[in-house]
Amino acid sequence: MDIFVQQLINGLVLGSVYALVALGYTMVYGILELINFAHGEVTMIGAMVALSVISALVGNGVALPGVVIALLGLLAAIPACMALGFTIERLAYRPLRNAPRLAPLITAIGVSIVLQNLAMLIWGRQYISFPPILPQGRHQLLGASITDVQIVILVTSVMLMLVLTLLVKRTRLGRAMRATAQSPQIAGLMGVNANTVISLTFVMGSALAAVAGVMVSAYYGLAHYYMGFLLGLKAFSAAVLGGIGNLAGAMFGGLLLGVIESLGAGYIGDFTGGFLGSNYQDVFAFFVLILVLVFRPSGLLGERVGERA
Amino acid sequence: MAALVLGGCGKHDGAASADNLIKIGSVAPLTGPQAHLGKDNENGARLAVDEINAAGLTLGGRKMHIDLLSEDDQADPKTATTVAQKLVDSGVAGVIGHLNSGSTIPASTIYHDAGIPQISPSATAIAYTAQGYNTAFRVMTNDEQQGHVLGQYAVNKLGAKKIAIIDDRTAYGQGLADEFAKAAEAAGAEIVGREYTTDKSTDFMAILTSIKSKAPDLVFFGGMDPQAGPMAKQMKQLGLKAQLLGGDGMQTPEFIKLAGADAEGAIASNPGLTLDAMPGGKAFREKFTARFGPIQNYAPYAYDAVYVMVEAMKRAGSSDPAKYLPELARTDYQGVTGKIRFDSKGDVSGGAVTLYQVKNGTWHPLETVYSGK
Repeated sequence: MDIFVQQLINGLVLGSVYALVALGYTMVYGILELINFAHGEVTMIGAMVALSVISALVGNGVALPGVVIALLGLLAAIPACMALGFTIERLAYRPLRNAPRLAPLITAIGVSIVLQNLAMLIWGRQYISFPPILPQGRHQLLGASITDVQIVILVTSVMLMLVLTLLVKRTRLGRAMRATAQSPQIAGLMGVNANTVISLTFVMGSALAAVAGVMVSAYYGLAHYYMGFLLGLKAFSAAVLGGIGNLAGAMFGGLLLGVIESLGAGYIGDFTGGFLGSNYQDVFAFFVLILVLVFRPSGLLGERVGERA
Repeated sequence: MAALVLGGCGKHDGAASADNLIKIGSVAPLTGPQAHLGKDNENGARLAVDEINAAGLTLGGRKMHIDLLSEDDQADPKTATTVAQKLVDSGVAGVIGHLNSGSTIPASTIYHDAGIPQISPSATAIAYTAQGYNTAFRVMTNDEQQGHVLGQYAVNKLGAKKIAIIDDRTAYGQGLADEFAKAAEAAGAEIVGREYTTDKSTDFMAILTSIKSKAPDLVFFGGMDPQAGPMAKQMKQLGLKAQLLGGDGMQTPEFIKLAGADAEGAIASNPGLTLDAMPGGKAFREKFTARFGPIQNYAPYAYDAVYVMVEAMKRAGSSDPAKYLPELARTDYQGVTGKIRFDSKGDVSGGAVTLYQVKNGTWHPLETVYSGK
């Protein structure tokens, strides 16, 4: 039983990171009906920028508590990723706003490859390790163990999701975003500047991605130039699972996918009598993606959206 | 071109510069998570090539110059065959590589079909030399020997009774884990769990949790340092108190960098002797670190592999693969890593394996064992 709880904790921590990244996919899709495949790389750049700052501070013997140093890294990563998200939209997607659907999809994959190679040039090809500055406390919970870092990841993710939900539901900007998602033309006639709203959507999604990237690198203790690729694909699967374009769906889909992955990898060997092994861990996300697309294309929480008139 | 078609006696009337040039390929992953190991191999080979060129190489009365063609196989079997073909097409006389067993094995077929001798400094999977290719050699003890030593050591020296095994499903990781399992079971231990990951993963929480439920006293990992590092960290996070044991893919400075304080106490093996116990180890370390920085792992083997290849060319008086290949099989060379002789399969004779443990953030040798296999 305690092993099951442990797998659940593992899955929720992993899933809360997926959820943060999935929000970026879903927000952009909700407004533009575009899959921003470079979003995973934004996560990676966030981790890399934070690690550069943290390593520089630690390397120069700055006498600050580890948590403060990590926060400084995060504070450097967030604006960097915001600027990156803004730039990607301006350069790669805005000129193609009225082009056929396939064109921005191809540029998105192009941006993803460019960012990966750029990161390889700047930070090198090897794994970069996260300096051991964070508290390594472990706590017992229902017979399972949960570490300080895991608690921080869970709490931060849930807080950010709440903040984002309130922002979309309760503020003028949120209303403008929802209006633009429904109909950019009519929102424009009502005085909403669609370009500004779209830019802000990218900026917000990228800020969340930055936080996710820093948390992932703190959790595993490393970062590398292609870490965003698989993370991005899994987060995209999570967004589809929840219902692409649906904020609550992205959060739910992310958490669910993390749990599916952990339980799947943990128990697949026992259930199949060793026929399938835990090396299929990365396959579950895509298996779920296929199931969703076949049986419920609009996702678990998504509604069937009719074609726009 | 016509001269080449005529073949036979008129073989050497091309351009003088091309005539005095010997191309030797060096292949390893230069990008991706194992780039640090790949660069290390390339640097070892480069050091040897530069020394030989500086000393002056004469074959059959003609002064020769060696060009090292470095290629990146990304530790990927598919890419490995592409770059192997590229090297064959560019007319290499021999190849030092590849680094990983998984990429060495498919590439070896291409070299064998072209009759190009290949010496791997670091591929340890048994399958590589078991194919019966007369062009395939290695200068490092293979996994049968290494896995055997590790399995016996885990049970007889570390007293492990319940063992869990993780491997990364590569030719190397899987092969080593299988040999380890065989030897550990033969020595009387019980294998309580067998889990798998990939050579790209960083998340092992799920499989380590499932291993924790089986309460092993030792976890064996067959794979490389980019996975072994985070794995050691996550074992601590989960409070899994088992001895972590691995092979040469884990016995690197990079492992300690990635695992940080959690590397403490981990044990891993490396084929051959410690660098200090190697006949030319100390001198090699000075030369190498002055030029390239710290040795990651296999550089001395890549260095020796180049010398072994060139010595065979010298004895044959030619860099023509067909002419020096028989000489390569008859190698008896005192290298940096020790005495190098090949058996009929192309494996290096001897079978020494050294065990190391992380103490105070560095690898310390525990003992050297001769597998007798």
